[in-house]
Amino acid sequence: MTNAVAIAAPTGSTRKAGNYVYVASIVLLCAWVIVPLYFLFINTLSSPEAVNSFPKSFIPEFDLGSLTFFAGFNGMLTALKNSVLVAGMTMVLSIVIGAPAGYALSRFDFRGKEVFRMLVLLTRAFPLPLLALPLAVLFIRTGLDDTAFGLALVHTTLAIPFAVLITFSLFSGIPVELEEAAWTLGCTRFTAFTKVILPLILPGITASAIFAFVISWNEVFAAAVLTIENRTLPAFLLQTLGEAPLHLKFAGGFILVVPALIFIFAVRKYLFAMWGIANR
Amino acid sequence: MNARILPYLLILPVTLFLGVFFLYPFVLVAQQAFSTGGGFTLDNFRDVVSYWKFPISLKNTLLLAALVVPVQLALSLLMATMVSRMQRGRDMVLYIWTIPLGISDLAAGIIWLAIFEQSGFLNSMMSGLGVIDRPVNFLSYQHPGIVFLAIALAEIWRATAIMLVILVAGIGLIPKEYYEAAEVFGASRWKQFLRITLPMLRPSLQTALILRVVLAFEVFAVVAALGGTLFPVLMGEIYSYQFDLQNNGAAAALALIVLAISIGFTLIILRVLRVPKGATI
Repeated sequence: MTNAVAIAAPTGSTRKAGNYVYVASIVLLCAWVIVPLYFLFINTLSSPEAVNSFPKSFIPEFDLGSLTFFAGFNGMLTALKNSVLVAGMTMVLSIVIGAPAGYALSRFDFRGKEVFRMLVLLTRAFPLPLLALPLAVLFIRTGLDDTAFGLALVHTTLAIPFAVLITFSLFSGIPVELEEAAWTLGCTRFTAFTKVILPLILPGITASAIFAFVISWNEVFAAAVLTIENRTLPAFLLQTLGEAPLHLKFAGGFILVVPALIFIFAVRKYLFAMWGIANR
Repeated sequence: MNARILPYLLILPVTLFLGVFFLYPFVLVAQQAFSTGGGFTLDNFRDVVSYWKFPISLKNTLLLAALVVPVQLALSLLMATMVSRMQRGRDMVLYIWTIPLGISDLAAGIIWLAIFEQSGFLNSMMSGLGVIDRPVNFLSYQHPGIVFLAIALAEIWRATAIMLVILVAGIGLIPKEYYEAAEVFGASRWKQFLRITLPMLRPSLQTALILRVVLAFEVFAVVAALGGTLFPVLMGEIYSYQFDLQNNGAAAALALIVLAISIGFTLIILRVLRVPKGATI
């Protein structure tokens, strides 16, 4: 035993060197993520002249010129509004439709459960934005073309597998006994759910709703295929990529990134829990 | 309510929704692809495959996936193992590393555009160091290699986080006792990684790879932001069939080809990384 430990533990100096390498690589990998973001940040908070000049300063001048230009650009604010609208609808739809299924998966054993799980898991293994192509035709027939609601439906398809699997893992984390105790105390299945389970699950549900919001907020391909007049922000930016001046692109990119940063921060506690179970 | 019907009622909304917006569109896309107004035909596929841009965009897409996915796999494994032995600052580091998870491919493309464009930060840095006299237009047809590299870097930067999250969650499920036992027998960290982490991580690796490979074939907005028409990829071609050429049939045919490639790779990954029955943790 002592022998084995002696072999396993490296001598002091190599361990120290190893520690330095370890810390340095963590710092380096953090920089790898942050530095490109910082560059975007500089470009956004610089005047349009500075963005197009050379060489670049590595410190932002804190000028709102680019952002004002972005806000004043024809159609940009409408696109932003559309993005929020579509993402909001996706969020509500995916939770309202997905959460009951998550509950069913965690609480009941029923025939066809595995088939259902496979169906949900399968959706993740497909390039879903491609589905926007046939839906474009279908939507014209039903009058859903170029509407925020039509796009939200497609984005909900993207978000639903996550909503189901996340809520499944959340509900599984709450002991059935709590519910059963509520039943014996005179609650019906429904009131036991609203009075006991819902308050416990609410933060997690919020996290998965936020996740659905981000999925929709970021989606480009389906948005670009399904909307023409009512473009969302990513679709609008994509369309103007060819001719837009640099400062417009960077300000647009910045606006796209900011909510994502906040959202990931808000859901970080759940990020791993959701994937841990969603795996199997 | 009856406990036998209830679960079916609860899964009904999702089933209906996925039926209408997931399964039905597949039928529609196939219909579109195999018809040109008349009956069954392979014309759309013939058109799409014989178009001069098809081999290039297929090659580009595959090449990009072949470079990006292994790098991301290695990187996310490294990051996940580093985080797993971390005592202080774990949450902070994980938050930073998972930031790109919330960033769209378009935004990632724009971020790397800030670095690689002609008046961008790479040029500024290089001229500051005196390597170049005048800013170089990296993202032009004279530098196809740099365009490819910029796109690959943007993809690696953006999409490693999704694999990292899955792998960190997976490593969290491996019982600590295994490592303690290995420690007792004097196994090195590298041996522990090879003999415990990797085999136990198989289900997570499977999920991470499938998700990532499918996404890699969907690469679109990063390329649009960085390469434009310089670097044609399959998704971009689908988009231009649908929009610029207004040829729904061809777009659908190409979509089916992308779909077939995705499914093919999914099956390969499932087979290679299959988890023996009863061997789950």
